[in-house]
Amino acid sequence: MSFEQILFYLFSTILVLGATAVVTVRNPVHAAMFLVLCFVTTSALWLLLEAEFLAITLVLVYVGAVMVLFLFVVMMLDINIARMRDGFARYLPVGIVVAGVAIGTIVMAIWQTNFGHSDPVARGADYSNTRELGEQLYTTYVYPFELASVVLLVAIVAAIALTLRSRAGTRYQKIEEQVVVKKADRLRIVQVEAEERK
Amino acid sequence: MFEIVENFLLGFGLWPWLVTLLTTLLGIVVIMVPLLLSVAYFTYAERKVIGYMQIRIGPNRVGFFGHQLWGLGQPIADAVKLMFKEIIIPNGSDKFLFLIAPILSMAPALAAWAVVPFGSEMVLADIDASLLYVLAITSIGVYGVIIAGWASNSKYAFLGAMRSAAQIVSYEIAMGFALVGVLMAAGSINLGDIVRGQGGEYGILNWYFIPLFPLFVIYFISGVAETNRAPFDVAEGESEIVAGFHVEYSGMTFAVFFLAEYANMILVSMLAALMFLGGWLSPIPADFIPDAVVISQLMGDGIHWLLAKTAIFMFFYLWFRATFPRYRYDQIMRLGWKVFIPLTIIWLLVVGAMIMAGWL
Repeated sequence: MSFEQILFYLFSTILVLGATAVVTVRNPVHAAMFLVLCFVTTSALWLLLEAEFLAITLVLVYVGAVMVLFLFVVMMLDINIARMRDGFARYLPVGIVVAGVAIGTIVMAIWQTNFGHSDPVARGADYSNTRELGEQLYTTYVYPFELASVVLLVAIVAAIALTLRSRAGTRYQKIEEQVVVKKADRLRIVQVEAEERK
Repeated sequence: MFEIVENFLLGFGLWPWLVTLLTTLLGIVVIMVPLLLSVAYFTYAERKVIGYMQIRIGPNRVGFFGHQLWGLGQPIADAVKLMFKEIIIPNGSDKFLFLIAPILSMAPALAAWAVVPFGSEMVLADIDASLLYVLAITSIGVYGVIIAGWASNSKYAFLGAMRSAAQIVSYEIAMGFALVGVLMAAGSINLGDIVRGQGGEYGILNWYFIPLFPLFVIYFISGVAETNRAPFDVAEGESEIVAGFHVEYSGMTFAVFFLAEYANMILVSMLAALMFLGGWLSPIPADFIPDAVVISQLMGDGIHWLLAKTAIFMFFYLWFRATFPRYRYDQIMRLGWKVFIPLTIIWLLVVGAMIMAGWL
């Protein structure tokens, strides 16, 4: 077994165990941390595939930003595990169907096309993954790429619109007024007569 | 750089993989030992510099072998004290996460150094996407803070963690955009190539801090915010939440947080020097350097310039801390989101125009 294979099996084992732990541990914060572990090991697997740009971006975006906010929310939740278990038996059939369909599609996709490649080709050291990806994104797939960014923008605007409630009578700071304020507007210097000590 | 060592070890008939392992480990030691030493003496410099700025003397008692030596023994004494203190684990805390949190903040602070180039050939791992690697690795550091705050089972620690998480995530965006400007100008995301892109016949005038000045300022301020340092140190604002996320930590666990914070400060300083101040390049144009033996070495390119530039930024950190009052939390958020991010985006357009015009 080559060194790469040993690494692959090591990271795969951690990934599978971590993914199992995400759905089985009781504490939601622990689950989120296991998800972080999954992302990191996935990124290691991608590095083994020499997809270093995607691997680093996965860590940067998912581990560095998305999961931080996730953890942020999960920590503030007060989850009652007993109540969450109530519906387990009732929702189980639906869950099995959904899981079955999802697994079925993945298996079919891999079985039939083998990702569209017979064998991945290893490129030389001068081959830049990042450049190739950029070229593809900005030439062949430029419209889907821009469209995706617009969809994301809509999502951002919608999220802000949903949470932005302006109530009547709220008092907030007007920064622009605070910035232009002068010393004379706020401060008055008074000359106080010194008193004789008795 | 390590080829001599490699050949020496191969001469003993060791296996090639073992030689690679040993030389890599040696490289790690060569980076880590000076780094940890500078972390220790950075704390000493901080106390001294701030002391003088406030017209005090700072630490001046602990020396070596009965000599006071301006208090140079102070960091060693502090380290020994912290190592022997008891580690207290609070009741109701999540013990595993509580103990792993300092490691989570320390490991990325050290791992990022793997790709930092100290000279044109002096780099441990010369990977293509080293700038992205640094960004990704440093973004993991926030987990230590969040997990520490949550696992401590303390309200103060939790509030500190929440503040710091929001702050770090916000300033990461401004920082990332500032770096986009650098990689646009250099046409590369390799730190070594970014430094080489700043070379030229005009010395200091070729460096990126001139065309990218707003990004340079934003990068360093965001770096201060990222490392949770004054004036953005609301994560541990002692007047409001005691000590923030590490209020429950004691002894070595606290020391590890401390080490990580200072290692990160040095890292941000060095990255600023690499990306905006020309790294190891000399500020003196090559034409002006006389052809004398020692002087040409000193005035030419070399690691001493990188260290000197890094030291400038490290001094800025201390200077800021001694000078500015702590920002209010909403003002920090406003500065990050409403000032820095729009500014960087506008300057990216300017950089694009400069590239089109052929100035960069």
